Parts: sequence; C-alpha cells; structure tokens
Amino acid sequence: MKSSPIPRMALQNPVLRIAAQSAGAIACLLLLLVITLVGLRIAPGEGLHQLWTGAVGSAEDGRLYPISATLVETAPLLLAALSVGIAWRSGMFSIGAQGQILIGGLCATISAHVLKNLAPQFVCTVMLISAMGGGSLWSFIAAWLKVKRGVQEVISTIMLNYIAIHVVGWLVLGPLRAQGNYLAESDPLPPGVMFARLIPAAWSDHIQTTLHTGVLLALLAAPIMWVFQFRTRSGFNLRILGANPNAARVAGIHTEYLQLLAMAVSGALAGLAGAIILLGSTTGSLPSVSFGGTSGFTAIPVALLGGLHPIGALLSALFFGGLTQGCRNLEQNTGVSSVVIYVIQAAAVLAVVGIRAMKERSEEAGT
Amino acid sequence: MSVTIGAIQGTLTMAAPLLLASLGETVLQRSGVVNVGLEGMILTGALAAVLGSQFTHSAIAGVGSAAIAGILVAVVFIVFAIRLAANQVVVGVVINLMALGITGTVSRAVFGNQHTFVTVTGLPHLIANQSILSILAIVAVPLVSYWIYHTRAGLELRAVGEQPSAAAASGADVLRIRSLAAMACGAMAGIAGACITVGDVPTFQENMSGGRGFIALAIVTSGRWNPYGCLAAALIFGAAEELEIQGQALGLHLPHDILLALPYVVTLVILAAGARSGKSPASLGLPYRKP
Repeated sequence: MKSSPIPRMALQNPVLRIAAQSAGAIACLLLLLVITLVGLRIAPGEGLHQLWTGAVGSAEDGRLYPISATLVETAPLLLAALSVGIAWRSGMFSIGAQGQILIGGLCATISAHVLKNLAPQFVCTVMLISAMGGGSLWSFIAAWLKVKRGVQEVISTIMLNYIAIHVVGWLVLGPLRAQGNYLAESDPLPPGVMFARLIPAAWSDHIQTTLHTGVLLALLAAPIMWVFQFRTRSGFNLRILGANPNAARVAGIHTEYLQLLAMAVSGALAGLAGAIILLGSTTGSLPSVSFGGTSGFTAIPVALLGGLHPIGALLSALFFGGLTQGCRNLEQNTGVSSVVIYVIQAAAVLAVVGIRAMKERSEEAGT
Repeated sequence: MSVTIGAIQGTLTMAAPLLLASLGETVLQRSGVVNVGLEGMILTGALAAVLGSQFTHSAIAGVGSAAIAGILVAVVFIVFAIRLAANQVVVGVVINLMALGITGTVSRAVFGNQHTFVTVTGLPHLIANQSILSILAIVAVPLVSYWIYHTRAGLELRAVGEQPSAAAASGADVLRIRSLAAMACGAMAGIAGACITVGDVPTFQENMSGGRGFIALAIVTSGRWNPYGCLAAALIFGAAEELEIQGQALGLHLPHDILLALPYVVTLVILAAGARSGKSPASLGLPYRKP
C-alpha cells in the first residue's frame, strides 16, 4: 500500500515545503552541535546555553550587546554568501570572495583618502560604490579569463585572492599611511564617514553596541538578490544556465554574457561586504594583513547550506553569525578553540552533499 | 657569497613542501580530479607529524604519521568527490575548513594554550642544511615524471584524466585509479606538512600551512601538469619568499608585497596565454559516474 497522499500534497505547497526543510535542517544542525559538544567533553545543556548567551544574550541582563554583535557578524557573511550563491548558480565555482572583500575594503579606503575634504555622507556613498566597483572588476578578471581564455575559475580566483592580499599590503604600508603612523594599517577615517550606530547606549545598560546601518544594507541585499534571480529574465536564464548549461545553449541563451554578469554581480556583493566591514569597524583603518577575517571562505559553506538561494543564505548567515558569536563566548568560558565552528560547517555541508548525491544515485537507479 | 648560499638553501627549504604537494596534486589532476583541499591535507600532515614525533620521539615516525593522516583526509575526499561524484570544488573547500577546525581543536586539546612553545624532535639536517624531505622532494621529480610518462599505470592515469569513458571501455577502473591517485596526493601533501614542521620548525601553530596548498595548486597549473614544470615553478615561488626574507635581513627596502604577488601574476599570465593549448587534462574537474 502506498503512503498516505496527504503529507505529499502538503509538501507540494512551497511555503510548507521550505518550512519543513528548514525545521529539518535546524534539527540536524542542533544534533550536530550536541555531538560536537559531547566530543569536546562539554555538557550539551551547558554548552548550548553558552552558545545561546553568546549569540543572543540572556534574559537576566537584558543587554542588546550579543544580538547586535551577531548581526554585525552576519552582515559581511550574508553579502559574501549572496556573492558565492549567484556565481555558483551560474556555474562559476569562484572561491574569490575573500580577495574581492579585500579589494572592496581597499577601494573604499582609497576613495576616502582621495576625497577626504568633502562632505562625509558623500564620501561614504562613494566608498560604498567604489568598493562594489572594485570587487566587481576583480571578479570580472576571473570571469573574463574563464569565458575568453578557458582558465579554470577555481585556480584564477585563488591567484586573485593572493594578489589582492599583497596589493593591500603594499598600498596600506605605503601610500595609504601617513608619515608618523607606525601601525600596520591605513590612517583612520573621520568619524562622520563611518556608519552610524543604531542602538542608543541607554537601551543597553550604557554599553555601546556595534549594530550599524551597514547591517541594514546587507539585510536588504538578500531580497534584492531574490528579486533578481527569481523575478527577472536574466535571473531566470542564469538559473537555467547553472542547472543545465547545454540546455541553456540550445535555448539560445547568451551563456558568456550571463556568466560575466553573474561574476560581476558576485564581485560587487563581496566588495560591498568589504566596505561594510571597514565602515562598521571602530576606527575605519584598513589593516595590512587579514582584513575581513575568513568571511570570504566561510561564505562558501554558508551559501551551500542555504541552498545557493538568497533567503536560504540569509537564514544560514544568521545561524552561522550567531554560532560564531556563541563560540567566542564558549571559548572564553571553557577554553575550547572557536575554530571548532569550521568542523560544524564542514560536517553540515558534507551531510548535505552526501544526501544529495545518494538521492541522485537512487533516482538514476530508479529510472 | 655566504648570503648566496644561504639564499639557495632557504629557497630549497621554502620550495620543498610546495614541490611535494604539487607533485601529489599533479598525479591527481592528471587523473582528471581537482583537489582544492590540498591546503587542509598539508595542515593535517603538519599536526600529525608533530604529534607522531612527540609520542614516538622519532621524526621519521612523525613523517609516517603525516603521510597516514594525509591519506585519511584523502579518503573523505574520495568518498564524496570521487565515489559519490559530488562537486570536487565543494568537497575540497569543505576539507580545508574541516582540517582547520580539527587541527585547531586537537592541538589546543593536546598542547593547551602554550602549544606554540612545544618543540618536538626534528629531522636531522643532512647536506647543505636541508632535511631529508627536501632531498626526497627533488628526487621525487624524475620518479613521478617517469611513472606518469613511461609506465603502463601512468598511461592509464592520463587516459582516465583525458577520456574516462574511453579508458573505462578499454578496461580501466576509472574510480579505482582516481581513488588511488587521491591517496597518493594525500600522502604527498601530508609529507609536505611534515616538511614545514619536523623538517623545518618542529612545532605546531593554528593554520600554520599558511596558504601553501593554494600556492601548490598554482604551481601545478603553471607547471603545466608536468613534474619538471612543478620543480621550476616551486623554485620560483620558493625564491620569491626567500628573497623577501633575505631582503629584510639585509635591510633592502624591497616592496616585498609586490615581490610576493609577482609569482601569482605570472601564473595568471601563463594560464591566460596557454590555457587552450591542450595541456590541461581534458576531463579535469568533471565527476565520473559508472554507466
């Protein structure tokens, strides 16, 4: 006897299906967290409590600091995940978000440097635009090399990441640093240029929280990317291209143009992430090394776990932004290295990849 | 004069892990598989070498455990990227993350927070201040080259990388050959990790592979999937890094970041100029499913 038709019909409703998938994913991720905590010899209840307090805060102190830090952590991760999502959707397996973030931060710093005497709001706007332009151009190099010269984007984006690291190092230690500044970073930005802090200190026991306007920009990018991918012709063609390049070619879709476009958009998003990290920081100075941490790399599992879907990326980035903050709390209180978060991300992606591959295999066997 | 000799020695020390890892990756890419997880394999090897060396008080045992650790990481890659035919880039990226997380957690658990001060038995330095692994790396070049171009197994390997379905039709077991190539790559990358710990600085730090796996990927491509090409490229990358260190020691005001960026720019230019010359294995990066 066949299984009852009711759950199957319910799952045909897209909203319910997504809800069911999300609930399943959250349950699996929680299970993974518990397993990891047990593996680290931490009592799961206590560990989860530490993670939650670090990410969201606790009811007792009522402070907004943890949740604000989580959102600040989420913003660049989300933009980079959207960047990875659109590139991979078009069949370009770029791992260049890290370099594009660096170039974004660099272009923003250069424009602030050039325009330092102009109105702060204008400078801030130009910084955001130039960061997007710079990231876009950086990504476009890899796209052009792939489309016109057949260079694998995996390799070229790795090269571009390293070139970006050294270009930033060279410019920050050189022309972008005033005489007498002996810190290994560019000169601080004027305070008026930086993103405004959104939560008044009075709301949070007079502790200055870090939530800034850039976070809103990042959160806004997710629905915009959704509209682009699911409600425009280019977005539609792009999804066809990613799903089946041969079908796209037969259907007369300009695959080269679309891949260049996808990579340019992808670079712009990562570049914007760089500007947002810079403008949301305390001083706005660009360090000569390790600007942006590893968000360009961790964005790849974040995007994959979000199913390369903009809304999925939003949920996934929120989860991992919170987990990062939570792990910092765990590290402070138990001495467990916060790099354990990478194990959780990796295991989650492997599980998704494995399940998908098995499903494909069983479908092939079935037909 | 002594500066010159020092620079040559330093170049070899820098180049050896890059060369070992890129030789392993060359074998694997010749079978049609891209492994972006090289970095993670090197990092795992680096930690395994330190742990093995610490618990057995023998650096050779450390090298052995590094090779085994590299193979274990390769098994994860094989299961997902080769057997389950998942996207090779995805699995490689995941392996890098996983290695970063696992080595960080394990080293913290074993050494505590003072792990940077732990030193273990290092390999003896033989001639010209080189550990045995640097010499092994150089010797491996003609061996791997001979194996790829002049043995039946090497021919099969290349056939699998060019036309897997044709190779399969003529009796080659594509998945088995690719899996074995991945294990060889894992072992070589693990030994490359041992090279930077017990072969050079016998201690472990979080993320101490510092991008060498990605550089090795660049070397494979700019060396045109040829062991001798890898040797040349590894020496250029090694020399660039050494020149930066020597330049600082001599008080030269080299714009060292430009110097360090140059090999990558050159690699990109080589790729742009020659990517369609047909040197790259035709089925590189494409998963193979049994029909």
